[in-house]
Amino acid sequence: MSTRILKAEAGIAGGDSAVEMPGDPAASAVPVTRARLVWLSWRGLVYQLAGILLTFLGLVIWLLTANLSPIELTTLAPAALWVYTVEHVQLTLLAAVIVLVIAIPLGIALTRKPLRFLTAPVLAIANVGQAAPAIGVVVLLAFWVGFGFWAATLSLVLYAVLPVLRNTMVGLQQVDDRLIEAGRGMGMSSAAVLFRVELPLAVPVMLSGVRTALVLLVGTAALATFVNGGGLGILITTGVNLSLTPVLVTGALLVALLALLIDWVGRVVEHVARPKGL
Amino acid sequence: MSELIASNPAESTATDGSTGITGASILLDHVTKRFPGQARPAVDGLTMEIPAGKIVMFVGPSGCGKTTTLKMINRLIEPTEGRIVVDGEDVTEMNGDALRRGIGYVIQAGGLFPHMTVATNIGIVPKMLGWDKARIAARVDELLELVSLDPALYRDRYPKELSGGQQQRVGVARALAADPPILLMDEPFGAVDPITRLRLQDELINIQEELQKTIVCVTHDFDEAVKLGDWIAIFNEGAQLEQYDTPERILGDPANEFVENFIGSGAGLKQLTLTRVADVALSDAITGRPGERAADVLARIVEAGHGHAVIVDERHRPIQWLSRRKLGRLEVVSQVPDPKLPVVGIRSTLNDALDTMLVSSAGAALVTGRRDMFKGVIDVKTVMDAITRSQSAAVLESDQAPVGLNTGLFQAQAAAAEAAPGESAPGEAAPGESASSTADARAAQ
Repeated sequence: MSTRILKAEAGIAGGDSAVEMPGDPAASAVPVTRARLVWLSWRGLVYQLAGILLTFLGLVIWLLTANLSPIELTTLAPAALWVYTVEHVQLTLLAAVIVLVIAIPLGIALTRKPLRFLTAPVLAIANVGQAAPAIGVVVLLAFWVGFGFWAATLSLVLYAVLPVLRNTMVGLQQVDDRLIEAGRGMGMSSAAVLFRVELPLAVPVMLSGVRTALVLLVGTAALATFVNGGGLGILITTGVNLSLTPVLVTGALLVALLALLIDWVGRVVEHVARPKGL
Repeated sequence: MSELIASNPAESTATDGSTGITGASILLDHVTKRFPGQARPAVDGLTMEIPAGKIVMFVGPSGCGKTTTLKMINRLIEPTEGRIVVDGEDVTEMNGDALRRGIGYVIQAGGLFPHMTVATNIGIVPKMLGWDKARIAARVDELLELVSLDPALYRDRYPKELSGGQQQRVGVARALAADPPILLMDEPFGAVDPITRLRLQDELINIQEELQKTIVCVTHDFDEAVKLGDWIAIFNEGAQLEQYDTPERILGDPANEFVENFIGSGAGLKQLTLTRVADVALSDAITGRPGERAADVLARIVEAGHGHAVIVDERHRPIQWLSRRKLGRLEVVSQVPDPKLPVVGIRSTLNDALDTMLVSSAGAALVTGRRDMFKGVIDVKTVMDAITRSQSAAVLESDQAPVGLNTGLFQAQAAAAEAAPGESAPGEAAPGESASSTADARAAQ
């Protein structure tokens, strides 16, 4: 008799090729191939990349055809633009690495039992800190540590630590307590439960925090120019100060495209690193 | 059922190979748990013996400390006072993780890790114990078979691709992975629908018949306790043991008003659920196989004077039940299983069997044993005879009841146990020290 019931249950669960969700009438009506499923899951990412590339192409064409003054031509020379972009990416990535090194272990530590009483207050502070205006943080810190690359990096780190920390903690908190108990009940050590159960299950939330932080960093790194920290922000300030609209537009577009590109990379990583079965 | 009860709790350890018991005995020795910030202890001086190879059900109102007691056995919750003794060995001080690797643990809804496949989930404990890959893979398939899931179909699925009942099955398979002598279950069937629950209960009974583990199971469902338990422990607040006895005795002779209230109405009907199909005499049946000529099968049943023939598949599982009339109309016996076949497991209760019979048109049901193999036929008359017999038998008191008492109330016995620490202190483990005497003593307090 049990085989009979089992067959019924297997039917509910969508047969043996069940990659698609059970009970979806469309899935049974139209034969869904594996390739089509892969395409559906990647479609958004492909469109995003195409949009970024097209906008960049549009910008290049416009710069090549526009009637630019000599000052504008000097400021927007490809070599100069490349240097600004590299500085910008360096600032962003360095800050991001520091952020990851600080925020993820801190987030893990704050959700462990001895420190768990700190979880709620830290989350509250993290949420409030997020509301502080970036430009204020950048400039105030520069007065404290001195102007330059490191002042910019430090303020970027401070600013981007919060989303990563918050998402690490939230990601770990939302893991079902019963799963942790099941792990412990099977004789897994608390470290094994952390690395084999909690962190894998927290990965999607943590990665989206990292992506948010990276996008924030790209945007905020444009403010580094105020403390002499370099980056693409110089184009925007120059454009505003000297009323050079093409320079301003180019700077703003490049920052935006860089942010979108990094967001795209983050989404790809999330898509690939997301544990199967979730 | 009484013949299944072990001769003496002190003897029935895992080393007792002759009876096929693979379980280990458990002794909770004066165990107390106080949670910080709570005035009253959650578990108060509980001494309790859990015999090897038996299913012991913990029931009681919510917050009575039954789950806390369960989790103290594998030390997920550390006892504040007292000792935990498994198979004669004090495990109170040993490494908790190592202890838990040797004790199966099943929670509600299976508690499967969603990011791991069924096979990975089941292989967790063997992997921690350092088994090689081939051995783990073989064990996974064996266990999936045991819980009636086709390994080829389910091995590589993720939990979200399984139904609730299937997840629970995998949960049981995972707990059994390293062949632990003890299985702890915390409301294992609480999250599945009633039909699936009955099915899983039957399967657990079948698995237990095969494996003879020591199973401790917490439930809030008294009917489940009656169905599954060899012994039932009824707890009141603070894990006060109100009665610890066989289901028959608890239903037939409740220790006090609390137990009576907990049983609720319909104790008489519930007694129907105490006798299992295995305990009554089954009628034989003529079997046939798919592909045989129907006329041959018909000739055999006419010769035996039967009205029906049971068609079994190559693994001796019943697939059809054909009357003379149907056989007469057939040329060759087909191999298509009849989805409405009235089947009960051999460990099902008479209540279930009766229910199945009433639904089926035949007024009888097919009985299957281990791995759904056909055993015989049960009919209404067999059930009626069995009920009459079991009613007269239930009044007799079992003299092999394991010890269960709250030692906070028994200072003298506690002192005696301290004087003679061992697997089980003689004063306590003496057979006949049944729960009813516990109740008497408490009344005297």
